[in-house]
Amino acid sequence: MNQKDSTKLGVVVSGSLSQGILARLDSNTSVEDITVGHLVTIQGNTRRFFGMINDISLETSDPGILLTPPEAGEEFLASVLRGTTTYGTMQIVPYLTLGSDESLIEGPQPVKSIPSHFSPVYLASETDIELVFGKEGSKNFFIGNPLDMEVKLCLDLPEFVTRSNGVFGKSGTGKTFLTRMLLIGILQTDAAVNLVFDMHSEYGWMGTREKASPVKGLKQLFASRVSVFTLDEKSSQERRVSTDFVVHLGYDEIEPADIELLRQTLNLTDQAVSATYQMRQRFGQKWIEKALALESDGETEDVLKSLNIHEATFQNLIRGLNVICRLPFTSPHVETRAVDKVLEYLQSGKHVVLEFGRYRDITAYILVANLLTRRIYSRYRENTEKAMAENRPRPKPLVITIEEAHKFLNPAVAGQTIFGTIAREMRKYNTTLLVIDQRPSGIDEEVMSQLGTKITCLLDSEKDIDSVLAGMSGKSGLKSVIAKLSAKQQALVFGHAVPMPVAFRPRDYGSAESYEQFGKMPAVSDSQDLEDLW
Amino acid sequence: MDEASSRIAEVTQASTAGFFAQCYELFDLPPLGSLIKCRDGENEILAVTCNASTSSLEPGRRPIARGKTELTEEDVFRSNPQLKQLLKSEFEGVVLGHSFNNEYYHYLPPRPVKLHSFVYLCTTDEIAEFSRSLEFLSLLTSARTDIPSEELVAACIRFISACHADPSTFTAAAGKKLAQIFVDDYPKLRTILLRLKL
Repeated sequence: MNQKDSTKLGVVVSGSLSQGILARLDSNTSVEDITVGHLVTIQGNTRRFFGMINDISLETSDPGILLTPPEAGEEFLASVLRGTTTYGTMQIVPYLTLGSDESLIEGPQPVKSIPSHFSPVYLASETDIELVFGKEGSKNFFIGNPLDMEVKLCLDLPEFVTRSNGVFGKSGTGKTFLTRMLLIGILQTDAAVNLVFDMHSEYGWMGTREKASPVKGLKQLFASRVSVFTLDEKSSQERRVSTDFVVHLGYDEIEPADIELLRQTLNLTDQAVSATYQMRQRFGQKWIEKALALESDGETEDVLKSLNIHEATFQNLIRGLNVICRLPFTSPHVETRAVDKVLEYLQSGKHVVLEFGRYRDITAYILVANLLTRRIYSRYRENTEKAMAENRPRPKPLVITIEEAHKFLNPAVAGQTIFGTIAREMRKYNTTLLVIDQRPSGIDEEVMSQLGTKITCLLDSEKDIDSVLAGMSGKSGLKSVIAKLSAKQQALVFGHAVPMPVAFRPRDYGSAESYEQFGKMPAVSDSQDLEDLW
Repeated sequence: MDEASSRIAEVTQASTAGFFAQCYELFDLPPLGSLIKCRDGENEILAVTCNASTSSLEPGRRPIARGKTELTEEDVFRSNPQLKQLLKSEFEGVVLGHSFNNEYYHYLPPRPVKLHSFVYLCTTDEIAEFSRSLEFLSLLTSARTDIPSEELVAACIRFISACHADPSTFTAAAGKKLAQIFVDDYPKLRTILLRLKL
């Protein structure tokens, strides 16, 4: 490739594979033009390296300058010193290399060496970005532009959905917009079917925007391929959302394991949780109904005695169960089970968004999300195992999107919830998670390390940044990039589905033009076809 | 400027790194930092002028004051015509490079200039051509002279820059080169740069 097309920034002066490479800026490169997160290429003698700038500093060869710096009128002195005795350096983390024989065929490879002294450093060109991240095509979905560049940054979505993934960022940094875009991408590339637990009713029909008119949701853009389920019919009607199904939960659908997850929110004791299992064993499927009936029953004492449950524990449990039973979408028994309906839609290739309407209470969210996911996951697992045994194609991958993920995946419950299992077992059963959270430090470390691709907007708590980067090599470098992202419209993507981390500006969402582009399927490039043939 | 008028002096003492020359005319000294040249067959040796002085021809005898009754300084010489024969103007040349086969080299020539070589002023074109490469600055900055070397370096750059079509670009480039040379001597660099006002 012709490097003269790219802007030369400086030359490599020192560095190591573990600590990153230090390059000195050329005297005509202004240190103010360099920003962390920029992608660069380094032309070594035999290989080309791709890396990211993660730190910039000002240096001087003579400490005397710090004692008597040029004064106000000494412009010439200052201009001479700039770039010579005083100069800028940038710290670069190399990620990929291209140039040895095998990488010419297989594309960029993970870096195992570093460029030699004085190798020139260039700003990555558009061709470089396309080489590393691929061109827009049937698999590669355009997610945005690398910082300060016009080239399209693409994400391989079929690869993306093979692992559980996470979208993180402080409140108001654009997580919802990013997620909505990813969901559209998954839908458009047909990489998987989505099941979205839409706590704030942002994805299905319409999404809100700060200081601007609302944006269209999935259903408005892809009416025939998306169905909206709702827990709160009234709210949906008021918002004029055309819903496909109103979800009601029967008490008989709730299992002790669902209650266990709600231990914290329902303020249940350990004993009360274990009592649920005894009740279930004793009373069968209708255990909740029967347990509630016990209260007013004179035989209560005898039953409790036989079950070895203390009166206080029982009262504690009843208080908790009452909270659930007061939820307007629960009733003792329902005819059409939501699980069956969701599965029916998912199996027919439709994407399902479950709106919570006014029931934004965390109890409702945890209960419904956990209950549905548990059943759907087990059904998916059965289907996958059967398909494997019969040598049939496996069911289409399923991506379950959950918000406020730390409520399901915190260290105290991650071991027990279905979400913890999905995050850990990954793609064995073609079911993965898309986790959205603003406090990633609240999520179990083991789960975090198992997430394949992470997309993070601005995070400023040290703990949150550390937990997002857990298990990542070159962690310290990315830390500064995450902390310096803009509060809006900037994100960093790294992990399984991208060859190297890259900071980007998500593509436009909300304008008439953007809707039109989302509606169009990208043209399949020739190279993509060839790749498929291989 | 023809060749005869550009011939200003004659070498009276020579070494590899420099030479002393005596002016043909009293007080006809080249300015500090100007470029001069001596011929050695087809080739030339270029130098920068410094340490100019006018003194008695006899080392032990100092001139005495004679102008008490004269109205102007010129009258002193008019009334004492012998003075021009008893005094001499001299200057030192510090070698900055040489030419060989019509090409300039910015390092010391293989041999010093010959005694009694004629000393010529360089033309503007020659200076511009010679200073296209800034490598001569390393010989210039390492010169050992009686005057502070910062003064000589600054004067020379000022002089040469005036021979370029765009003096400020040349001065800026020379400044950058000096910053590389004085990478560990900021006070000296600062002194020189402050004498190169654009």
